[in-house]
Amino acid sequence: MTRKAMKRLYEGAEWDFETLQRIHDACEKIAVNELGLNVYPNQIEVITAEQMLDVYSSIGMPLFYKHWSFGKHFAHHEAFYRRGLRGLAYEIVINSSPCISYLMEENTATMQALVIAHAAFGHNHFFKNNYLFKLWTDAEGILDYLNFAKSYIARCEERYGPAAVERTLDAAHALMSHGVHRYAGKKKLDLRQEEVREQQRRENEERIFNDLWRRTVPKGPAKSKPDLNAEHRRAMIGLPQENILYFLEKTAPRLRPWQREILRIVRHMAQYFYPQGQTKVMNEGTATYVHYRIMSTLHERGGIGDGDFLEFLKSHTNVVFQPGFDDPRYSGLNPYAIGFAMMQDIERIVTRPQKEDREWFPEIAGTGDAMAVLRDLWANYRDESFVTQFLSPSLMRRMRLFHLTDDPEEEEGMRVAAIHDERGYRRIRRELGRQYDIGWIDPHIEVVDVDLEGDRRLFLRHLVLSGSVLEEGDAKRVLQHLADLWTYDVVLEECDRSGMLLKQHVVSPRESVVAAA
Amino acid sequence: MQIVDRRLNPGGKSLENRQRFLRRAKALVQKAVYESSQNRDIQDILKGGEVSIPIGGTEEPHFRRGPYGTHEHILPGNKTFIEGDILPRSGGGGKSREAGQGGDDEDAFRFLLTREEFLDLFLDDLELPDLAKKRLTTADQVNLTRAGYSVTGSPANLAVNRTMRLAMMRRMALGRPKPETVEKLAAELEACDDEDERKELEEKLKALESKVRRIPYIDPIDIRYRRFENQPKPVAQAVMFCLMDVSGSMSEHMKDLAKRFYMLLYIFLTRQYKRVEIVFIRHTDTAEEVDEETFFRSPATGGTQVSSALEAMRKIVADRYPSADWNIYAAQASDGDNAYSDNAATATLLTDAILPVCQYFAYLEVGEARSLTVAASSALWALYERIQAGWPILSMRKVSDRSQIYPVFHDLFQRRPAEGKVG
Repeated sequence: MTRKAMKRLYEGAEWDFETLQRIHDACEKIAVNELGLNVYPNQIEVITAEQMLDVYSSIGMPLFYKHWSFGKHFAHHEAFYRRGLRGLAYEIVINSSPCISYLMEENTATMQALVIAHAAFGHNHFFKNNYLFKLWTDAEGILDYLNFAKSYIARCEERYGPAAVERTLDAAHALMSHGVHRYAGKKKLDLRQEEVREQQRRENEERIFNDLWRRTVPKGPAKSKPDLNAEHRRAMIGLPQENILYFLEKTAPRLRPWQREILRIVRHMAQYFYPQGQTKVMNEGTATYVHYRIMSTLHERGGIGDGDFLEFLKSHTNVVFQPGFDDPRYSGLNPYAIGFAMMQDIERIVTRPQKEDREWFPEIAGTGDAMAVLRDLWANYRDESFVTQFLSPSLMRRMRLFHLTDDPEEEEGMRVAAIHDERGYRRIRRELGRQYDIGWIDPHIEVVDVDLEGDRRLFLRHLVLSGSVLEEGDAKRVLQHLADLWTYDVVLEECDRSGMLLKQHVVSPRESVVAAA
Repeated sequence: MQIVDRRLNPGGKSLENRQRFLRRAKALVQKAVYESSQNRDIQDILKGGEVSIPIGGTEEPHFRRGPYGTHEHILPGNKTFIEGDILPRSGGGGKSREAGQGGDDEDAFRFLLTREEFLDLFLDDLELPDLAKKRLTTADQVNLTRAGYSVTGSPANLAVNRTMRLAMMRRMALGRPKPETVEKLAAELEACDDEDERKELEEKLKALESKVRRIPYIDPIDIRYRRFENQPKPVAQAVMFCLMDVSGSMSEHMKDLAKRFYMLLYIFLTRQYKRVEIVFIRHTDTAEEVDEETFFRSPATGGTQVSSALEAMRKIVADRYPSADWNIYAAQASDGDNAYSDNAATATLLTDAILPVCQYFAYLEVGEARSLTVAASSALWALYERIQAGWPILSMRKVSDRSQIYPVFHDLFQRRPAEGKVG
């Protein structure tokens, strides 16, 4: 190995803005030239702990509309932080262009280097290149859109009263997890156009409104269309539809225009965060792998001292620590740990494959260029497909993964369904992959029908997987919100794959809401 | 790359969200505040602190799967298991399921309240009842009072006298010739025949006239305006008499209750009203006016004569608080014991001297911890009950346990709908 001499970037824990600049430039050189990363321009913002708490409470966004639930999160985080139970994140990074990374002022110089390598290059590259982010988020437009959303909602509060806006937002938030399009449409999302489009919609409504039509044209006997068969009718209003917020925005009979716009805003936010939920392991794995590579390279070349490197290793190992299932510290699989381990494992397979690896991963084993393979994976996979295809037997052995089936039918207890052996590898891998599948995590609920000629009941169906029906209390509350928006009865049927009805919820809208609508 | 230093940006971006949250969860937070205040010293209440509210009402529901059906887990760290092993359910899975359904801890939501927030909620919707005489508001009314002169102001406030005086001073100092002098000189000039003398006089007159022109009668620098200042003015004055029985029959427990009650009253009055005076009177068989410190802290003992306290109060009212100008309130705490011979005197004093001048008279009877259900009424209670028939402003409550203090206090001073308010 050639040991290129490099000037020390900083000494000790102190840092100033020039230090940050030097660190960033050094990281950039490695990230772009050697790892071949392709990143958005960086914007690094130094903030205080107090401000970090602020950022926390509005789901990490620099500006956001006002809602009590953010205040609740803030109060919660603050209580934990003040009691010293929880430290703050070292960094928060926003998927925008320029890519904004928040750095806490308390961090030492080494921590800042780590954070810059992790967020400003690792996450940044992932945001810019992963297909889900490319498809679903608009990094250039997001900040402008947030600004628009904030001022739009503030305007609505002024005009229609905070209580009404809050009610609408509550309802929209409750349905947020079911306000995403899972399949891409023809048009790419352009958040910058949203504000203009909102204006256009309103202007168009004003233009086409003509009181004469409403008052003078005789209505005649209502046309009944019994000939429209049910299938066709459903297709007319785009059913079945799994994006409930979208359906309400377009079809709910008694929503005001501003309420539709609020639903739209919440829906866009849900869509913006949709990729993040599906790429937790990959995103963190990428960032951790990148910071590890960059920091190690810096250390090799003398850019950071031995002591600093030890400090880095301590934080790094804390982050990727995975306690066993019987450890009191165990709280689920750590996405940092599994992500980082998989990235390293893939690097090993590509550069130093064993016989087993050649059998399992013939397409990448021994190709030699680890970064090329990784970059391709980072761009084209999500957690579910990534784990299902690239979790290697050697890593399963190393982590000693096993598969436990908890079937309430079985009296004695839970059965160990698979362990890290020849028979178990594929089953464990498939099962773990499935647990990262958003289609599996979120209950699958869609709007299936609406009785437009009768009592306007809205029918939804939950496709129940492995007997797990919805949690009753929460489901009732969400349906209440849904009914309030729809302003007629809402029926949710929970059916299993064979179509057998397991449970039915019927909720009527609250009187006060209907009266106000 | 760009580095932005945001540290100097104003913080508290979440403040509004926080307030919205508190508003939304007000009922719950209030309950929590009240519950947490029971376990604390009153002094600590002033510090605010952590409260825990049930998650209900502030939950953010979303569709999620219930804990039903089969579950698959992938876990790390297998040491001894092989495929097909059966693990008993006692540990992980089963337990967390129960906690999810009924666990109290998981559903509680803890957070910190600042001192202000805490007190606001703690004392919310309390007020001194029936401030009929002169309504007393928490916001002081302002009164314009004269505060000297200023060089700027509106023409309506022109201080003519002062302006003229200053003008005269300036005229004299600069030697502006009086109009008479000029006139006299002009007359002299008229009368004069001699050419030389005439020339001299003419020049003199010219000099005078130019001086008159140069030195104006009133210069802008002379002008003064009357200046007014906004002086906060109490709209009404109120005085609260705290009468406490400290006689031997009051046990430590009772004294503690009484003191807690007065502490609350004290916090309430000092916080909500800027201009309420508080008079502390404690009594055994004699009464004395004491300061706050003595009232709350120092011990005393002796027999009981309630009339002594009422007499002391009457005297103080007569001396310092003319009932025409003051809203007078009284809160009395006692164990209900009174010397038998004193009852008649007490009744007379109360009906003749005290109640007529009072806006509100609260009587708190403190009892032993275990006397919760004992309903036997004490001598004083019976007496007051009789009097109450004719005087609705007399309110009576019994307290025998710490936890009852706040509800009773709240009950006595809660904001009532504006009924029976005179003028």
